Amino acid sequence: MTIAILKSLLMRDIRLAMRRKADVAAALFFFVIAASLFPFGVGAEPTQLRAIGPGVLWVSALLSAMLSLGRLFSMDHADGTLEQLLLSPVPLAAAVLAKIGAHWLVSGLPLVLLAPLIGLQFDLPWRELALLTLSLLLGTPVLSLIGAIGAALTLGVRGGSVLLALLILPLYIPVLIFGAGAVTASAAGLTPWAGMSLVGAMLALSLFFAPLATAAALRIVLD
Amino acid sequence: MQWGSVQAFFDMGGYAAYVWGSFGFTALAMLVEVVSLRRRASHLQDGQETGA
Amino acid sequence: MSSRINLYRFASPATFYPLAGRMIPWFSWAAGIFCLTGLFISFFVAPTDYQQGEAYRIIFIHVPAAWMSMFIYLVMAGYSALSLGLNARLSGMMAQSLAPTGAMFTALALITGSFWGKPMWGAWWVWDARLTSELILLFLYIGYLALHSAIDDPRRADRASALFALVGVVNVPIIYFSVKWWNTLHQGASVSLTRAPAMAHTMLMGMLVMALGFWMYSIAVVLMRVRCVMRERERDAAWLSALKEVE
Repeated sequence: MTIAILKSLLMRDIRLAMRRKADVAAALFFFVIAASLFPFGVGAEPTQLRAIGPGVLWVSALLSAMLSLGRLFSMDHADGTLEQLLLSPVPLAAAVLAKIGAHWLVSGLPLVLLAPLIGLQFDLPWRELALLTLSLLLGTPVLSLIGAIGAALTLGVRGGSVLLALLILPLYIPVLIFGAGAVTASAAGLTPWAGMSLVGAMLALSLFFAPLATAAALRIVLD
Repeated sequence: MQWGSVQAFFDMGGYAAYVWGSFGFTALAMLVEVVSLRRRASHLQDGQETGA
Repeated sequence: MSSRINLYRFASPATFYPLAGRMIPWFSWAAGIFCLTGLFISFFVAPTDYQQGEAYRIIFIHVPAAWMSMFIYLVMAGYSALSLGLNARLSGMMAQSLAPTGAMFTALALITGSFWGKPMWGAWWVWDARLTSELILLFLYIGYLALHSAIDDPRRADRASALFALVGVVNVPIIYFSVKWWNTLHQGASVSLTRAPAMAHTMLMGMLVMALGFWMYSIAVVLMRVRCVMRERERDAAWLSALKEVE
């Protein structure tokens, strides 16, 4: 019964996000634009671009996640749905996980699919492109999960989105290091699987802990 | 005691700016913290006596 | 009266306020004595370093400040856990009072690290694992302070920042590990600020005494701050107006 509720929560969130396609698309376009800014800043020399490519794409993905996270709880908070969720018999952490899942499917997954295309702009070879995509596939859920904690803490707070960035970006640094590092390691001739498995480990840890922390944060902010 | 002269002490082997800069900055930071807290406390004290 | 009741007696701001007031002078004096002794050791007892000359004396501030920055964060996280777990007002106020001092020591560690790095390695900043982790710790402190000041209701602000402090403290080992990994991956920064000179006994002594001095100072300053916070928050409380202050 609870699974059915969670599933319907997930589908509802996806449907709602699809109704506001512009918001979703904007974050994705931000990803593209942000990544494209770097060559303007550092020059378009191919060797240099290949060196900074994985890092640039990861940072752009991170920043794009930051932008889309504000939406995670704010609309439900505005219309009272969030309070209903708190009062419902469904465990809040599970409901939060469903919402984060929907958020990732709508904001994170498209990013993962776009990444190889942008990676081509940085002249990354096929192997690195594949590794980059995999690292983002494992890493973007972590960004959504950790970001949810920040989104809950800054719900309804003045200066919310900047504060969210301030809180979350330091916590993002490990995933960034492991994710981009896995790809860079491969380019340097080392094994990418050390970094990749560390991203996987962070995914496992955050899948368990982030919903709990987010639920606690929601209770603090809404009570 | 190993300093040849008072001058040598202040000179710090040529690194005067770095060493005294560091120690000075630290002393300044700690001083600012204490002074601002005392001002905050006395400001509250005045507020309490005149206000509530 | 059992000792258990005595413990909770000081958990009330009304009883802790005068206690804190009596403790401050003791810790201030202790801070002064330890810091002066530490300074004496730093300049007059510790020998000149063979490799780094006199510039290494910055270590007597840099390392204790870094130790304090991490220690204070742990204590802050401890009080945060108490404030969330026991819903205790005073614990929340203590956590809030610890943050600015912790942030100050973190900034000092970074600045003195910079002042040390410039003459030694020629650069004002090196991305060495410890210094970079210290930078991220500063971000965590700033985030805590920003979150606390952004929420108007003080109790809610306490609890939200407490949660953030706990999330932060859990992440600190992960962050440190990831930065170390990152450092070995990008061989660029082959110089390490942390390859300290082989510790003469007196050097370690100096750092420990200075650290003790900083610790006493922190306690005194945090107690001063928590009294201000109590005054500000409990403005209308009866115990405050009944208090006879002879400052």
